[in-house]
Amino acid sequence: MNTVVEGFKLMPIENYIVLSALLFVIGILGVLVKRNALVVFMSVELMLNSVNLLFAAFSVYHNDTSGQVIVIFTMVVAAAEVAVGLAILVLTYRTNHSIDINLLNKLKH
Amino acid sequence: MEKIIFYSLSTLAVFSALMVVLSKKPIHSLLYLLLCFFTIAGHYVLLNAQFLAVVHIIVYAGAIMVLFLFSLMLLNLNIKEELQKTVWMRIIAVISGGLLLVALVGVLKGLDTSAGPMLASTQIGLMKNIGNVLFNEYMLPFEVASILFLTAMVGAVMLGKDEEKVVKK
Repeated sequence: MNTVVEGFKLMPIENYIVLSALLFVIGILGVLVKRNALVVFMSVELMLNSVNLLFAAFSVYHNDTSGQVIVIFTMVVAAAEVAVGLAILVLTYRTNHSIDINLLNKLKH
Repeated sequence: MEKIIFYSLSTLAVFSALMVVLSKKPIHSLLYLLLCFFTIAGHYVLLNAQFLAVVHIIVYAGAIMVLFLFSLMLLNLNIKEELQKTVWMRIIAVISGGLLLVALVGVLKGLDTSAGPMLASTQIGLMKNIGNVLFNEYMLPFEVASILFLTAMVGAVMLGKDEEKVVKK
């Protein structure tokens, strides 16, 4: 298996920068706007993915494999985060019967 | 050709990401998120990072999506979301998000990007090269990551089981 994209030119790196920034900001908006904890988790995943994409793009542009290895590590951390986070979510649902994140300010009172 | 693919994939990615945030039902957000993941996998293929593309689909579309779907369905949460933040909160969120976008793009555009190869046929994304780097330079982080993963697994099982014990008592 060699290359699927034989002869393709790479897009300029600015395009990837803008795309990743857009995805990252959309993820941040999701975290700030949503009150459903599940959707907040999804937005966090979106942000992680945008950063991964930028890592991969820069790694290709600098011809350095380390960037792609770091993407793999990020994926591992994201998977661990989702596993633990969803377990905590299930626990909060059992105690609160809701996954509204505004109910999670009980430590304050 | 690559321009057409790039722009269509990007448009689809941004659209589905927006729909993740804008959808009312969590299950719709989830499916749009899946679409977004697939477009990002397409971007990896376009960058000739084939191993990353495959791993991305397996991990995200396979594992993480299943986790999300299971928790969504087990908790029976697919109710229409009445929970909304206040209008002020949302306006502030949008404004600060837009400012962050401007700042990010402004900062990253100033980078020196002259040293890039023009052809996408670089070999660094192939499995052989990634494996070489991963198991030589990054051996220790790899093992630490596996320990982290084991810890997360044990933690998730413990968190999931704890309540049950309390109920039995």
